[in-house]
Amino acid sequence: MSLKLLRLFGGRPPTAPVARERLQILLSHERGLLGQSDLLLTLREEILAVVSKHVALDPDKVIVKLDRGKTVSTLEVDIEVPNNFDKSKAPAEQRMAG
Amino acid sequence: MAKVLVVTSGKGGVGKTTSTAALGAALAQKGQNVVVVDFDVGLRNLDLVMGAERRVVFDLINVVQGVAKLPQALIRDKRVESLWLLPASQTRDKDALTDEGVGRVIDELRSRYDWILCDSPAGIERGATLAMRYADEAIIVTNPEVSSVRDSDRIIGMLDSKTVRAERGERVEKHVLITRYDPGRAARGEMLNIDDILEILATPLLGIIPESQDVLKASNVGTPVTLNNADSAPARAYVDAARRLMGEEVAMVVPTERKGLMNRLLGRRAA
Repeated sequence: MSLKLLRLFGGRPPTAPVARERLQILLSHERGLLGQSDLLLTLREEILAVVSKHVALDPDKVIVKLDRGKTVSTLEVDIEVPNNFDKSKAPAEQRMAG
Repeated sequence: MAKVLVVTSGKGGVGKTTSTAALGAALAQKGQNVVVVDFDVGLRNLDLVMGAERRVVFDLINVVQGVAKLPQALIRDKRVESLWLLPASQTRDKDALTDEGVGRVIDELRSRYDWILCDSPAGIERGATLAMRYADEAIIVTNPEVSSVRDSDRIIGMLDSKTVRAERGERVEKHVLITRYDPGRAARGEMLNIDDILEILATPLLGIIPESQDVLKASNVGTPVTLNNADSAPARAYVDAARRLMGEEVAMVVPTERKGLMNRLLGRRAA
């Protein structure tokens, strides 16, 4: 009631609820990521190693994300492959052979 | 049986050192044998807040490295005789601390004291992880402010994974201590309130220390706030928290300043 009265008299809306909501959203995200950080790191390195055998990759363009849901979690792997990936390794090998 | 308690927060400047000194003194006044240990190597301040800065000869690093024996480094408080300080080094860096060296010192302290309060440095690096490494219990000092709550959440995660107890599959008992709380601002919706913070951190509450000028007055003169002005609101809040640590049931209220007669007559705000 006091809050409503304050606002009635031109007070600004309270900011604490905004703080609470921002924290809840941020922390639900960070807890998922940080709790699994070792797993994610391992997955990322192994995925990078396997794909790099066949395609030249920029390691910074490999993004591994884990989103924790209530019942199911999703693992999102985003790998950016350069358009000329089939040539990027091939010319070097050809040159070596020639 | 001795209890090792880490006072930690992640974020700096929220009141870890103030709380370590105040709770240590309050426990000692209840007849407990207490040592407060400064883990902030290179930036020690617990000695200053305790008023023992000119009595430091040897420090934690000296003991860890075997340069000095533990009793040579321990400083007895001049006001409360069952209160002791183990200072940090001001000249070395935190890499001089080793996991097993800290373990040895903590073991030796366990045989001498009822309470070992470890004042953690800010951050999540080596100094902070070593301060919590051997803890049985943890006090997470939190300000009602977004960055402090976020960092507390991070530290809670570390307490559940990086401590010896966690690695053994045991629990570190965790408590949140909210400091610099302003009940008026929280009631007006200008500050996160207690329920918000506890809901977000999902950790039980040890105490609520109100924002107060008495905290600075006490550190100015190098006296834990519980000893400097025992009647002040923060001192009473810290004494309540210390009693809860000892297992007493104490109602959770935010102590308020007791206005003097003159102040009341003049209508002054006692902040």
